[in-house]
Amino acid sequence: MTAGTPKINVTVESVTPLNALITRFTFRESCGKDLPAFSGGAHVVVEMDDHGTKRMNPYSLMSDPNDTKRYSITVRRDDEGRGGSLYMHSHVKAGMEMVISTPVNLFSLDLTAKKHLMIAGGIGITPFMSQIHQLTSTRAHFELHYSVRSDALGAYLQELTQSYPKNLHVYRDDQDEQLKLAELLNGQPVGTHVYVCGPKGMIDWVRETAREADWPDSSVHFEEFTAPKSGNAFEVTLHQSNKTISVDRHQSLLEALEASSVEVPYLCRGGACGQCETNVLECDGNIEHNDHWLTDDQRLSKTKIMPCVSRFAGKKLTIER
Amino acid sequence: MSTSKFEPSIISRPVYGKLSAQTASHNLLIADAQGAEAIIEMAEHAPKSFFEQAHIIYIQKGTADAYLSQLESLGANQLYIGPTYQAALPRILNTLENTQVGIKLYLAGTEGLIGQVIRDATRFGVAMSDIQTEHRGSTARRIQCVHCKGIIEDVTVDPFQCSHCGLFLFVRDHYSRRIAAFQGVRVDAEDPGNIPEAVERFK
Amino acid sequence: MNITFKDETFRDDYTFSNSEEQIKRFPFPFHEDSYMYSVNMEPHAAVRPGSVFENDFDVDEHYVSEMRDRAKVLDEDPLRCQSLPHMTLAGWDLLELIMTSKAKDYPHWFELHRDGKNWHWINHPLNIEQKFIFGDETTLPYGPLEYITRQTQGDFVLLDQREENLWLEAGMVTTQADWSLDFDIGMNFFEWHAPVPLAHEMGIFQRALKFLLNIQQGTPARRLNWTMTANPLLDTSPENYHKWGKQKLEVTRENVGNKMHLRVELQTFFRLPRSNALVFPIRCYLIKLEELVTIPKWGRRFHRVIRDLPEELATYKGFIDNRPKIVEYLSKYDDGQDTSLGIWPE
Repeated sequence: MTAGTPKINVTVESVTPLNALITRFTFRESCGKDLPAFSGGAHVVVEMDDHGTKRMNPYSLMSDPNDTKRYSITVRRDDEGRGGSLYMHSHVKAGMEMVISTPVNLFSLDLTAKKHLMIAGGIGITPFMSQIHQLTSTRAHFELHYSVRSDALGAYLQELTQSYPKNLHVYRDDQDEQLKLAELLNGQPVGTHVYVCGPKGMIDWVRETAREADWPDSSVHFEEFTAPKSGNAFEVTLHQSNKTISVDRHQSLLEALEASSVEVPYLCRGGACGQCETNVLECDGNIEHNDHWLTDDQRLSKTKIMPCVSRFAGKKLTIER
Repeated sequence: MSTSKFEPSIISRPVYGKLSAQTASHNLLIADAQGAEAIIEMAEHAPKSFFEQAHIIYIQKGTADAYLSQLESLGANQLYIGPTYQAALPRILNTLENTQVGIKLYLAGTEGLIGQVIRDATRFGVAMSDIQTEHRGSTARRIQCVHCKGIIEDVTVDPFQCSHCGLFLFVRDHYSRRIAAFQGVRVDAEDPGNIPEAVERFK
Repeated sequence: MNITFKDETFRDDYTFSNSEEQIKRFPFPFHEDSYMYSVNMEPHAAVRPGSVFENDFDVDEHYVSEMRDRAKVLDEDPLRCQSLPHMTLAGWDLLELIMTSKAKDYPHWFELHRDGKNWHWINHPLNIEQKFIFGDETTLPYGPLEYITRQTQGDFVLLDQREENLWLEAGMVTTQADWSLDFDIGMNFFEWHAPVPLAHEMGIFQRALKFLLNIQQGTPARRLNWTMTANPLLDTSPENYHKWGKQKLEVTRENVGNKMHLRVELQTFFRLPRSNALVFPIRCYLIKLEELVTIPKWGRRFHRVIRDLPEELATYKGFIDNRPKIVEYLSKYDDGQDTSLGIWPE
């Protein structure tokens, strides 16, 4: 099997800044064909040619899953990051040709749920946008609890307030409004599922509070992609390919492997899907595990690495690739 | 009497554990016949507050008053005693429908009772991980005749005659959680009339 | 492809047979001279024009008669098609997948005209024309799953994906190898396969599940499975076992070549876009032993496979009692010559 899912050639239809940090991008299929339908919570991997460096970042689709004419994503500019979001913000213009992957869903709705309780923080709103479209079309029961820094920085706040006044609950940092999570999670009717997408701290908080309120793990869903972090450059020996490659400061190990034509399967490129899990054959040093996939035991044993987000510091790292 | 032992079997065949009281905001305990013993034993190691949030539904199923005083002494918030599963069913369904996330279920007794409560509880959205089970008492089986779809309760012999369509069926270990029954299949389908002697397999 | 749809039966007088062209395109499942379980998955990509692997959904000369047989099974037992309430969206996904694939691959037989949600479907071989609103069940005579699978060969199972498992929660099952949708609906991947011997211990289902969970939109997969059936009976269901089980006794040394059929399932797996469910079409192909041995390589190989098959498997597949007769018949077509690797005729 080849890495990733089938590619789609798209044309950027529009680039719409929503506030100081957040911009929406809309794509159409380049030849005018229909795009594949998708399910709420799905993402696509957007390929970027960033001045010779190939970047492939996952972004949640936020348009209506039934709209096969266009896809929309919303990108928050990360000035500290490696440049993927900066590239989107500064270089992508309407009319540009780009390549995206076929949608993949790692944050699917549980359609057996009697009620969907959604908790979003900041840009974590995006997967819920498509999920809400899906739930509305089947008249399912949902509540959205959305934490924003301020009205001005809350993406899609106005649109959501207008369309779903009864389902939406907003918490504004600058007004000292806080989601009372323990209260919310206590007393939900049986069959309710909770979904969270936002900063890592928020995800941990929701999972921990749900556990304290005796929620079963199978009713708690979270989407946790990590953008790969920059770090010091390092070298890796590839046992099967019989070569040694170097990973730049602003490159991930997965990107370095791809740049030297070693194909590695992937779906999320954010440490969540497990596809690129790679055996470590020799490790004289420390692996900086930035993924959400490996177990603590696997991390301590230094026998596995997730090349999409994790890095290495030390004398020698040999992997089975 | 101790917890029942079963032969190793195929993956769809339910397995049972031993009830162990967890701390939770709501506890629903449903038992029939000798299943009462599992609850009484669990209570010995339960935290003091456990029964303050507990609702016990007990189905006597012919055990008369054998366990009633012991169950009453547990001090459950709610205690219901009913004669049969059918009599208790409206109360069970009403209780399940009105529970909240965080509920823990404790089921003890026969496979028929445990299976039927699991069927209804999961339909209302209770997660399997929130359900503990302990088998006690009769190992008689609840069986669906695959041919006529009739359900036969408390089958003890194999093969046996379907009380709905009259075919002689052998009992498989394949189990449907949605129907809460094992599967019965005609024993003499390939050689009509050749019906092996019935053996008491489930007591 | 120039095909005449046959008028034939899969019950009572059993007039089913394969044309010479159909025999050549039969999906013979053995790539070597022996058989054991494996997770023999491969991409469901088009290979060999004219073969059953050419299109997403193969339509062959038995189409019209198979659909007539399905309608009879459903008249007798409507529980053969069921869908739990949360699987309706997956049913629409399947309807869309089949209609768009067939209209693209067989434009002379099937037409689909879409104007937004207003769809117009024409099935020429079955004389069906239907205008409906996509997503609105009230505009079709059946639910979307039942509507489209009454017009498509093969059984269909819809699997919901949650808790790192697959849950069989809808299906159309009338051409099955002895399993009951009504009984198995609601089960997860392991429970549903519980009765299969040996494979669990071999870790087959763990590996298969891991593979299936990762099937994505646009990259379907397939595998072949097989068993044997006395008479060309599509509906070998447990529900009707008390009616067909005794037909196994009718197999004699004289009629075995005509009566015993190799039954091959082309199993495919597609991720469905709107529901994120998986669909698992299980297409049944039947061939008489006397048709099969007209391909010399298949005759030689099938003899060796059946002769050497472990007893548990012959029992599970339901032909242990007839195996000696089958082996004796096939041995006449095995001259001991080597066979080439792969499933295709020499």
